[in-house]
Amino acid sequence: MTEETPKKLVELKDLQLYFNKGKANEVRAIDHVTFDIYEGEIFGLVGESGSGKTTIGRTILKLHEPTAGKILFNGEDVTHLKGKALLEFRKNAQMIFQDPQASLNGRMKVRDIIAEGIDINKLAKDRTDRDKKVQQLLKLVGLNEDHATRYPHEFSGGQRQRIGIARALAVDPQFIIADEPISALDVSIQAQVVNLMKELQKRHSLTYLFIAHDLSMVKYISDRIGVMHWGKLLEIGTADAVYNHPLHPYTKSLLSAIPVPDPEIESLRQHVEYDTTVETDGKERHMIEANPGHFVLATDEEVALYKLQQNK
Amino acid sequence: MSNPILKVENLHVNFHTYAGTVQAIRDVSFDLNKGETLAIVGESGSGKSVTTKTLMGLNAKNALIPDNSRLIFKDRNLLDLKEEEWQSVRGNEIAMIFQDPMTSLDPTMRIGMQIAEPLMKHRKMKKVAALARALELMKGVGIPNAEEHINDYPHQWSGGMRQRAVIAIALAVDPEILIADEPTTALDVTIQAQILKLMKELQKDTGSSIIFITHDLGVVAGMANRVAVMYAGKIVEYGTVDEIFFNPQHPYTWGLLNSMPTTDTKVGSLVAIPGTPPDLLEPPTGDAFASRNEYALAIDLKEEPPFFRVSDTHYAATWLLDERAPKVTPPEQIQKRWERWREIQGQEAQS
Amino acid sequence: MAANTEDFVIVGAQNSKANEHISKPALSFWQDAWRRLKLNKLAVISLWFLIFILAFAVLSNIFVPQKNANAFNSDKVGVYKNLPPNSGLPIPGWNGKIKAPGDTTATNVYESQGVPENKKFILGTDNIGRSVAKRVTVGLRISLLVAIVATLIDLLIGVAYGVFSGWKGGWIDNVMQRIIEILSSIPNLIIVTMLGLLLGGGVLSIILAIAMTGWLGMARQVRNMTLTLKERDYVLAAKSLGESSLKIAIKHLIPNMAGTIIVQIMMTVPNAIMFEAVLSAINLGVKPPTASLGSLISDAQAMLQFYPYQILIPSAVLVLVSLAFILLGDGLRDAFDPRASED
Repeated sequence: MTEETPKKLVELKDLQLYFNKGKANEVRAIDHVTFDIYEGEIFGLVGESGSGKTTIGRTILKLHEPTAGKILFNGEDVTHLKGKALLEFRKNAQMIFQDPQASLNGRMKVRDIIAEGIDINKLAKDRTDRDKKVQQLLKLVGLNEDHATRYPHEFSGGQRQRIGIARALAVDPQFIIADEPISALDVSIQAQVVNLMKELQKRHSLTYLFIAHDLSMVKYISDRIGVMHWGKLLEIGTADAVYNHPLHPYTKSLLSAIPVPDPEIESLRQHVEYDTTVETDGKERHMIEANPGHFVLATDEEVALYKLQQNK
Repeated sequence: MSNPILKVENLHVNFHTYAGTVQAIRDVSFDLNKGETLAIVGESGSGKSVTTKTLMGLNAKNALIPDNSRLIFKDRNLLDLKEEEWQSVRGNEIAMIFQDPMTSLDPTMRIGMQIAEPLMKHRKMKKVAALARALELMKGVGIPNAEEHINDYPHQWSGGMRQRAVIAIALAVDPEILIADEPTTALDVTIQAQILKLMKELQKDTGSSIIFITHDLGVVAGMANRVAVMYAGKIVEYGTVDEIFFNPQHPYTWGLLNSMPTTDTKVGSLVAIPGTPPDLLEPPTGDAFASRNEYALAIDLKEEPPFFRVSDTHYAATWLLDERAPKVTPPEQIQKRWERWREIQGQEAQS
Repeated sequence: MAANTEDFVIVGAQNSKANEHISKPALSFWQDAWRRLKLNKLAVISLWFLIFILAFAVLSNIFVPQKNANAFNSDKVGVYKNLPPNSGLPIPGWNGKIKAPGDTTATNVYESQGVPENKKFILGTDNIGRSVAKRVTVGLRISLLVAIVATLIDLLIGVAYGVFSGWKGGWIDNVMQRIIEILSSIPNLIIVTMLGLLLGGGVLSIILAIAMTGWLGMARQVRNMTLTLKERDYVLAAKSLGESSLKIAIKHLIPNMAGTIIVQIMMTVPNAIMFEAVLSAINLGVKPPTASLGSLISDAQAMLQFYPYQILIPSAVLVLVSLAFILLGDGLRDAFDPRASED
């Protein structure tokens, strides 16, 4: 999608995950989704509840089995991995979870939570080596050494999230899926965690899939953005293109709903409601490249219309 | 313009725990004027939740409130009320909307009945009349096909619809004060936009005064007339919404405003406030924000700053406003805001 | 304000990391629960009582061996039978005197049966001259042994079954739950009787009988908790780190259910004790001459009017021990639930 074709780290090809397939209560959590994530980039995936963004993250990590389609990691097909190969894959792709309360086992000491990946993959030679690695990770995420022997309930939300990040980094992964990592945090702490993530990306050459519903933060951190609704991917492009020159009416509706910390702008802002017939009328739609690197799910006629209505 | 219907004076709230006494609210005073929306902005540990609970008399039993704290509402000190007396105030004169629409509705009671209940209790309406009024209220909050859905149970509805029901319950008895504790935080952004629009329209119709608790400054900018910023159990700055957003004076307010990325934020330049809020078990001496404040003065470590007047409606508790303090250059984004303020005022900015 | 102009210099964010320091002492879940348990006076009393009872039961093996309690001197039965409790002190009810039904005054049975001067039975004797005190001690031991072993088996089977069923979910869980439902509809008595016939009664068959029927409740509780816990993010995190299902069950699921499991055990033990007593009452229990609290009670039933102490003493012990378990169980349930406390 760009000129120099950097390496594709993750490729999703026509991925589908239907619950209760064929029955009356079928839910299309992931509905024919195709996109790639390049090595070293931060790909932001935005959508509201029910969009499927969280499900995609979990499916990539093999926490759900897709009903159809393929997932490639580093060029290899990981869709149906099992056993040793799965364990290897798990060292390379990790997740940071949304809820700092629920993502840490309250009965375990912080040291053991962080070292779990180290223990499973036998990455430490002995007890002292393990402790040393844990200390390094704590320092990396900005926590104190003496925090290792404490329990999760003694920490604030932001600190717990940093423990979660340390846990993910313990296995030295290439790819991290951040599933709404800052939604449950205070505003000033969000900025801290996001800055930490960017810093870690540089130091460890990480690739991120950043899943969120907070568009401003996603725009700030991401290189490219994908917009999801009802299991479908509606638009993909660079952060600047999607945010400042949106094509799909849903993207426009979403952007118009974001409150801005500026009373004058707020008094003029109007939320544009989204007309869902564009998804429900049954017409055949494909991802069409409207501008270089900027794709939208539409019919050919609609693409022309969207381009006309774009802010230039 | 100022016509206070609620006065909070010298509120202190301590909690006795096994590890010691937690000073959750350390001397908070503010007024709520009739018909206005007052936003209380704060993060975890700021004391905003305890404030709302105190306003509703819903604190846990181990809360200790000294005698000089007063909540004056309709010539009474609410802190003197016994539990039975509170029951005629709560849900009637002062109503509350909670954050989580999943858990604030009774899962075993039909929604129509839940809206009718306060009418039956506080207005002594008969069931049939109350349900009829409930139906009107449901339409008033924008629930589509209300007649068909009045007998639904909460689990059949989406989060946004449930929050509308919660608003209907709260407004059923025309409360004078509505306390909205992060009412849209758990909702999708498009649903949030709808709910906020609804609340503004309803306020215009009913003339209720709203205390709106949130940490989202964008929501504050769209909803509030006046804003109080809380940190570590105290109010650090308060003023009209324009004053707070375009002429902020407290470094914590600066930090909050800068923590939110905007369309202009260049990648890599989001300035986070370092560190975490203090443990209210052992609040530090002096200004609680000092250890995270790059503009802290030596005196911040010794003595808590009093409120300094910026205008008749705008006060900030920071030593930077003392005449002996050096002039500081706030962060770039704040300076841009001050420029806007100067444009708005058409006069020299205060510094 | 005694501030000087020097105070108005910028010092900046001195130590933003200072607030990262946690000032409360580190408390694990167990320490926190213990602290809350201590606030419940009844639970603490019950705890000490049970510790004392268990220690007594274990140590009593040394000074009251089973044979000793069962032995009786067939020649001297007439002398020693049915003696009321005699502490040697002139306390009414504890001085060797008892009022036979129809009599107006109490007679000193020790004298009337010709018991040697220095021999006092602190809790009296039974109908063939055996010391009630020794019998109750052994009986307590056996009842506790039966109850605790049976409960431990319940624990092992119930937890394993429940975790497996809940973790697997789907049709496996369905089938396993239906099995539980079918088993729980079979009356316990039938199972016990059949086992009694197969194994010939006795301590082992009772333990097996109680174990085989008692694990159902535990399995259901554990399965329900597993269903809830397996959706938690920390379990998903463990999965995505590559943790095996067995390790997840041990490290993540069971420790978070430990509170519920312990409370369930505390409630099961008194049930098991009672169940054994009932079995003994219908002669499906321990084989004579060995006695459990239950068999002592059932043997003494016939003589209730004449020698009430023979039934009252083992009953009192049974009730107190069961009560202690229940009160402690209640206290533990509250202690393990952080929301139940006020701080």
